[in-house]
Amino acid sequence: MTRARGLIGWILPAALVLGWEALSRLGVIPANILPAPTAVAAALWRVAVSGELARNMGVSAWRAGIGFLIGGAIGFAFGLANGLSRFSEEFTDTTLQMVRNVPHLALIPLVILWFGIGEQAKLFLVALGVFFPIYINTLHGIRSVDPQLVEMGRTYGMNGFELFGQVILPGALPSIFVGLRFGLGIMWLTLIVAETISASSGIGYMAMQAREFMMTDVVVLSILIYALLGKLADTVARALERRTLAWNPAFEGV
Amino acid sequence: MFTDALAMIETAARFVPPDDLRRDPPVPFEVLGDHLAPQSRGARLSVSKLAKRFGETPVLDGIDLNIAPGSFVAIVGKSGCGKSTLLRLILGLETPTSGRIDLPAGAAARFVFQEPRLLPWAKVVDNVSVGLGRTGSRAARRAEAARALADVGLDGRGDAWPSVLSGGQKQRVALARALVSRPRLLALDEPLGALDALTRISMQGLVERVWRDQRFTALLVTHDVSEAIALADRVILVDGGRIALDIDVDLPRPRRRGTPAFAALEKRVLDALFGGFEGGDAI
Ligand SMILES: Nc1ncnc2c1ncn2[C@@H]1O[C@H](COP(=O)(O)OP(=O)(O)OP(=O)(O)O)[C@@H](O)[C@H]1O
Ligand SMILES: [Mg+2]
Repeated sequence: MTRARGLIGWILPAALVLGWEALSRLGVIPANILPAPTAVAAALWRVAVSGELARNMGVSAWRAGIGFLIGGAIGFAFGLANGLSRFSEEFTDTTLQMVRNVPHLALIPLVILWFGIGEQAKLFLVALGVFFPIYINTLHGIRSVDPQLVEMGRTYGMNGFELFGQVILPGALPSIFVGLRFGLGIMWLTLIVAETISASSGIGYMAMQAREFMMTDVVVLSILIYALLGKLADTVARALERRTLAWNPAFEGV
Repeated sequence: MFTDALAMIETAARFVPPDDLRRDPPVPFEVLGDHLAPQSRGARLSVSKLAKRFGETPVLDGIDLNIAPGSFVAIVGKSGCGKSTLLRLILGLETPTSGRIDLPAGAAARFVFQEPRLLPWAKVVDNVSVGLGRTGSRAARRAEAARALADVGLDGRGDAWPSVLSGGQKQRVALARALVSRPRLLALDEPLGALDALTRISMQGLVERVWRDQRFTALLVTHDVSEAIALADRVILVDGGRIALDIDVDLPRPRRRGTPAFAALEKRVLDALFGGFEGGDAI
């Protein structure tokens, strides 16, 4: 039953891919506009064998991961500090909210002036993009911890660390996960834009180079790889969420 | 709302329990100098000239109270008269404006709130372990907690998440958490207020039973006069910031509600409550 329902969801995409293939073969869709699925598969095989794929994917994943770690760690730290200390919040929150109103991708020309097209530029943009969702959701999570539970912890003699570890952090975790998943989405988006505009390696660079040589199949392949990586990151985050929030009835049996 | 929560979390992060609340190793009875019968491990509590104002509003205004070790005292009064404030002052959750509270060091006072206040992300047994703080190993704490769960009739439910328990079961877990450290004073602030009538009665029986087994001093705030008379040795009525009525309940246990003596006591307390209501500021 579940198996059948799982399969039902795949019927439509499979039909779409088959239809696309058929239309390409019949010449209804010209290959320079949209190559056939089999052509994309052939391109995958080609770049995989030449080692180009692994190299570019590695570079992109590295940029995404490091940028995410930097931005996420700083955002998390500010979220904790401002959630726990009134002084810290009054001191920094207004500034952060102002900076948040600048779309980080609008900084690309400035960032290129500062860092050139080197790695720093991409890491900076990814970190900046990831910072805000993590910051805002961590702060929100800590503030929405049930004060009655905090009082209970106090009455039962928990010290500051225990209170944080047993009450405040677990209480803030659902919100922190929301921030994490938003952050992952922004991470890929930022990287795609940054690599497409200026890079000498990475998936975005692979796509732009293919465009110069009119290799539409590789361009489509790059787009699909981005989609796949984004999906992968989201799946990992969801699995982590499910494990960590097993106590929450909202995740029961999901 | 947010800033309130924040202030609370902030103060909590700096919180150091007052000496009275730190859990010291159990003190042998001889050392306490109290004339405690061996079965009575309850703490003696004395409160004198206790007053509390929030800003300009006086809530409590000169409370004097002596509570014998191991006795069961119920505190009644109309809503907003300061019952919770009195309890919170005794437990050190609020600081008095003036007056003093004497509770022996190491009394390990515990508080049961109106809501269960269980950590939803901790299994039932770990919620009960919270009551043991940092004493001993985690495994030892869990074993102790499992025993406390059995005492409140929840044997074997330790591995459940709090979200799957009924309201009455949650409140029993909260009771186990309060009792697991063997407190010498247990304060209960309308712990059964949110329960349906049937669950209430069986929970009253449970509270009475654990009190008789463990002989702690019990302070129960309730708005249910018949609950107060069914459980307590002594009923105190708070009104206008002072103790307006203080009566002993000398009925044999277990108490039956239908008896004339029970009804007479209930009427006395209700009359005092209504008198206070009509004479005082109406709600
Ligand atoms: N932290 C506080 N700040 C200001 N006023 C407070 C605070 N806590 C309690 N009060 C006030 O003190 C009075 C007594 O409150 P308290 O909670 O002790 O009443 P209560 O007798 O427990 O009432 P109920 O039966 O409704 O629980 C109320 O008027 C309340 O508004
Ligand atoms: Mg109250």
